[in-house]
Amino acid sequence: MRKIFFSIILLIGISVAGFGQKYFTRSGYVRFFSSTPIENIEAINNQGSCIVDLATGEVVSKLLMKSFVFEKTLMQEHFNENYVESDLYPQAVLKGKVLDVGSFDLSKKGSQAISLNADITIHGVTKNMDIKGTGENVEGKLQANATFILKPADFNIVIPKIVANNIAKEIEVTVKFTLEPLKQ
Amino acid sequence: MKRLTILALFLWISFSGFSQNMEDLLDTQLLGESKPDYVTTAFKSVQLINGHTTKLPEKGDWVLLISHRFGPFNSGFSSFWGLDMATMRLGIEYGLTNTTSVGFGRSSYKANYDLYAKQLLLRQTNGDKSVPLTLGISGSANVSSAKWPDDGRTYLFAHRMSYSLQLLASRMFSRKLTLQLMPTFVHRNLVKTPEDHNDIYAIGAGGRMKVSNRVAITAEYHYLIPGQIANEYENPLSLGVDIETGGHVFQLFVTNTSAIYEAAYIPETTASWLKGEVRFGFNISRTF
Repeated sequence: MRKIFFSIILLIGISVAGFGQKYFTRSGYVRFFSSTPIENIEAINNQGSCIVDLATGEVVSKLLMKSFVFEKTLMQEHFNENYVESDLYPQAVLKGKVLDVGSFDLSKKGSQAISLNADITIHGVTKNMDIKGTGENVEGKLQANATFILKPADFNIVIPKIVANNIAKEIEVTVKFTLEPLKQ
Repeated sequence: MKRLTILALFLWISFSGFSQNMEDLLDTQLLGESKPDYVTTAFKSVQLINGHTTKLPEKGDWVLLISHRFGPFNSGFSSFWGLDMATMRLGIEYGLTNTTSVGFGRSSYKANYDLYAKQLLLRQTNGDKSVPLTLGISGSANVSSAKWPDDGRTYLFAHRMSYSLQLLASRMFSRKLTLQLMPTFVHRNLVKTPEDHNDIYAIGAGGRMKVSNRVAITAEYHYLIPGQIANEYENPLSLGVDIETGGHVFQLFVTNTSAIYEAAYIPETTASWLKGEVRFGFNISRTF
């Protein structure tokens, strides 16, 4: 009886450890790029935080809007004050699920396609989106990359007419996260 | 066997509980990441209306300032309510660091050249290490290059000089309201009448109230401690609107002063609001 009891605990313990394998980062790279004939605007945030549970496919990612760095400080100030209003809405939040988590195998070599269904909240507005990306095992870490398009209008971010030609209607977002195994 | 079931159930519950707490887990991982969260949006421009704000150009940025003060409205149709005449100032301000700036300007009033520096001593900060206000000092030295009157007196170069020293204390009370106090000391080497003191003390107050993300109402007033200047002079009062459009800030206002540097608009404003001698003015600032 004891033996069975012990081995079951061990079995569950292993499966939880294996199942509950979580990866995280708080120095993720997020870049957005607005391209118009008049000017290109780029901002980079190297403080993206993200946690991924490879057992359930759950993904949560958070980002401080104030941590986006622009080439011109004035742009950064206007971005925070006038566009995303980061005093009211300090964070961008992504909560979602990796749809193909069942077929994703981190022990495989090479990059594997990932599709993610996620609720993205920016400027207090939540939008559900499908995002295509890749995941790869790089020296025991989970390297997750994705590029997708966000529209400021979807998030109730108003662009005044006077600068309407300087800011793209579609903003390209590039995400590069190197997620480390989370030790609990 | 019962025990086993309970154990399995317990583990299952704790496991499923875990995955729901992904967000909490992320938040705990995020803790400890905090930089000073400086308040940088207290003002749109380095100028309030006539005077300085606690906003400085960022390190390496140039701000070009173009200012006009027209003639008084009550000058009537013949001078198109003051718009035919104007005093002007052209200036630049440069951010040496995020807390130090230097500026230079040329005014048509007294053909004056001004050189000034601003230094922030304290910056309003949100978050853990909160600081309630921004504190700065600003000092200027001015040289008038106007021709001396042909009155037989001897004028020295030193008579062209005037100086100002200001403490700037501002607080952004809410995302809309910022108020600023600016106690000011002005020294003029040469004054017009015996009643005018060479050293003048004044207390300035002003602020801005945002009406939208890009438009704000502004006001600025300087109270001169009585008995320092001749009766003909008035305290400068200005009311205006700030409009920010990307790289430019347009400031449109009505004021009773025609000078655009501290050592002149504080002690040498002659027009009176009560007599309707107010004038239209604007500042345009452009950041490079």
